[in-house]
Amino acid sequence: MSETKEKLFKGGGFLVEDITGEDVITPEDFTDEHKMIAKTTEDFVNGEVVPKIDNLENHEFDHSVDLLKKAGELGLLGADVPEEYGGLALDKISSSLITEKFAPAGGFSITHGAHVGIGSLPIVFFGNEEQKQKYLPKLATGELIAAYALTEPGSGSDALGAKTSAKLNDAGTHYILNGEKQWITNSAFADVFVVYAKINGEHFTAFIVERDFPGVSTGPEEKKMGIKSSSTRTLVLEDAEIPVENLLGEKGKGHKIAFNILNVGRYKLAIGGVGGSKRGLEVATKYVNERKQFGTPISSFSLTQEKLATMAASIYANESAVYRTVGLFEQRMGSLTDEQLKDGREIAKAIAEYQIECSMNKYTATECLDYVVDEAVQMHGGYGFMQEYEVERMYRDSRINRIFEGTNEINRLLVPGTLMKKAMKGELPLLQKAQGLQEELMMMMPEEPGTEPLEQEKYLLKNAKKIVLLGAGLAAQKYMQKLENEQEILVNLADMVAEVYNMESAILRTEKAINQSGEVKNKQKLLYTQVYVQEAFNRIEADAKETLIAVEEGDTLRMMLSSLRKLTRHTPTNVIAKKREIAERVIEEEKYIV
Amino acid sequence: MDIYVLLKKTFDTEEKIVVSNGRIEDDGAEFIINPYDEYAIEEAINQRDEHGGEVTVVTVGDEESEKQLRTALAMGADKAVLIDTEDDLEDGDQYSTAKILEAFFEDKEPDLILAGNVAIDEASGQVGPRLADRLGISYVTTITALTIEEETAKIDKDVEGDIEKVEVPLPVLVTCQQGLNEPRYPSLPGIMKAKKKPLEELEIDDLDLDEDDVEAKTKTVEVFLPPEKEAGRVLEGELDDQVKELVSLLKDEAKVL
Repeated sequence: MSETKEKLFKGGGFLVEDITGEDVITPEDFTDEHKMIAKTTEDFVNGEVVPKIDNLENHEFDHSVDLLKKAGELGLLGADVPEEYGGLALDKISSSLITEKFAPAGGFSITHGAHVGIGSLPIVFFGNEEQKQKYLPKLATGELIAAYALTEPGSGSDALGAKTSAKLNDAGTHYILNGEKQWITNSAFADVFVVYAKINGEHFTAFIVERDFPGVSTGPEEKKMGIKSSSTRTLVLEDAEIPVENLLGEKGKGHKIAFNILNVGRYKLAIGGVGGSKRGLEVATKYVNERKQFGTPISSFSLTQEKLATMAASIYANESAVYRTVGLFEQRMGSLTDEQLKDGREIAKAIAEYQIECSMNKYTATECLDYVVDEAVQMHGGYGFMQEYEVERMYRDSRINRIFEGTNEINRLLVPGTLMKKAMKGELPLLQKAQGLQEELMMMMPEEPGTEPLEQEKYLLKNAKKIVLLGAGLAAQKYMQKLENEQEILVNLADMVAEVYNMESAILRTEKAINQSGEVKNKQKLLYTQVYVQEAFNRIEADAKETLIAVEEGDTLRMMLSSLRKLTRHTPTNVIAKKREIAERVIEEEKYIV
Repeated sequence: MDIYVLLKKTFDTEEKIVVSNGRIEDDGAEFIINPYDEYAIEEAINQRDEHGGEVTVVTVGDEESEKQLRTALAMGADKAVLIDTEDDLEDGDQYSTAKILEAFFEDKEPDLILAGNVAIDEASGQVGPRLADRLGISYVTTITALTIEEETAKIDKDVEGDIEKVEVPLPVLVTCQQGLNEPRYPSLPGIMKAKKKPLEELEIDDLDLDEDDVEAKTKTVEVFLPPEKEAGRVLEGELDDQVKELVSLLKDEAKVL
């Protein structure tokens, strides 16, 4: 539904390429169909799911199954499934909007997400013709419910360390699986599990396991901190008999499926994080408008306003960044032939190109959510600690997002690691740019950006990219292959890179909007961008400083710090004043507003 | 059966109403299908599914009304007609709308026309009855059930909470009340199909009408918001005294007795 662009960006390319607002897809580009799809999802969640949340939280999973079937009738389970298998084959913006609008459903959004995402997609992307025909039409309607079983008691982040074994029986008709898969979402009622096991203890392979196969059972329901509306159990495989035709993908290539699916799971979590954050801001704003202390609504206090504005600006940057990533998938898929588009592996590949972006979105958007719900509780005061308030559940539900689909720490480590790999392979000219930078810095003269909208922000962005190159180049030079042992530095780099992506996404979105409809109509977007960019730049400066100090010493350090000072010299934005302006509109509209 | 639905777009129920310069600000406001018209659409789809035929949704509005028409198409209506009055009509009223619709129906032979009971913005409830009158067909307002057998419509009509059972011959115009049905959500396949369904755009010129023909018969003298709700008062003392005080307050202060 979105137009395809000719210009294709490489994953991680934003660090070295010049990009304009016209190159990115933003929420302002959504079509009327996108908005209708979002509205149907929103109405379904508010009309059908929210009234049942107490039942769901109470583990009455009959309701989960029933709601998934209803969602299936509306087409809310088939967005990513090809048409020839009963799905709708919608674009990724549509399926992302569905994910975003499901977020206020709390734990049920995890039920939905696990079914349509990590549960169904392995078959969409890697199933053979028979498997797709057998499972996808029923998954798209909710007649069958899917789950994904990768984690084991002894292997979480180290997924390939799985102990579950598979062995071909003597007749050659079935693989016999033994092992335990832990914390499996939807396990109380799922009919189909995508399970990873090692054939003969060495070939990591995926299988489609039906609940009714002999030897398949689930353990008791886990007692969790949050997302209680979702079912989480252990999947137990005791001499489970899996027909050979249910081997998914290729023998020994299970890791390909696992990593591709994780990529998808990550960006979907990021979108869910944005959706949840918007709800958090709305709940908080309504409350502070209602709650009176000292004879006045507490939204009239500037400290409350500061919180609302920081939340909103962070949501804006993250929303801009995750939909930019979704736009990148769309653009890349637009370059595929019809033949390739039918091949799920090609789609998975198009998404995998942006694994850096997926990882960054995951950790920044889930941390945005955690921050938003934390402040939302704070603004509720003691009431926020009480279970009858929605915000109490949101606070508990949020926490898992920083842990699953790869912890945020693992995702951070992946970002500089992948960037370095791309640089070594010559896919990204990072090292050349870093070398050129050294000389440039010697000659660099202070610059004063203009006063037109976004000029200051673009200036800070330009310098932030240089700071990243400075830090990354230095660390690569110093530690060479041993850089992976310097996790603190890697994480600093990951944070700086992600801030650059978010800053740039906000700037490009605002620029595009102003070009389309002028500054007056986009005042709020400009304010969000000004605040976010200033604060992100401050964080980048601190991370860079810490990194330089850890890597260098003596005269070299002093020289490096002086380079950093050149790059960070600027007249800062008055964020306190800007935040008051932001809050005014948020308080008036009682929700996230652009 | 040839079924028509009269649709109006209204402010989203969550919108805050802002009045400035004697007008309601609609810049940047979100619009929805008038909720009572949703019952009409749902009923039209159900009747069509039972008896066959076609559902056409008609609105008198502006370019932006296409969104609401597409939503109706996504719910399952077959065709839509947008009569765009933006360039020709500054301030229409119920007379204008009924007059335009009369012209629209001139060359049509509807079996059933459904409208909402009222629109939630101006709440006049007039367009439906006035149109039926002009077309010379029967009408029944505030219906909560509709069964069509042969050429007869059997209707439950809500009468201030009671039910009146009515039988009328087709063609008939009905206005729909809450309780008639539960409007469906537009499904995703429905949304994708709606893009390709026919949506005809007309101006009053195409209906052989002049601006003078449809000029409003009413004039809006003033637009203002209701006064802000004041804080309540809790009466104290013995129950008998409280009752006496309440009665005297209702009489003398509120002047409602």
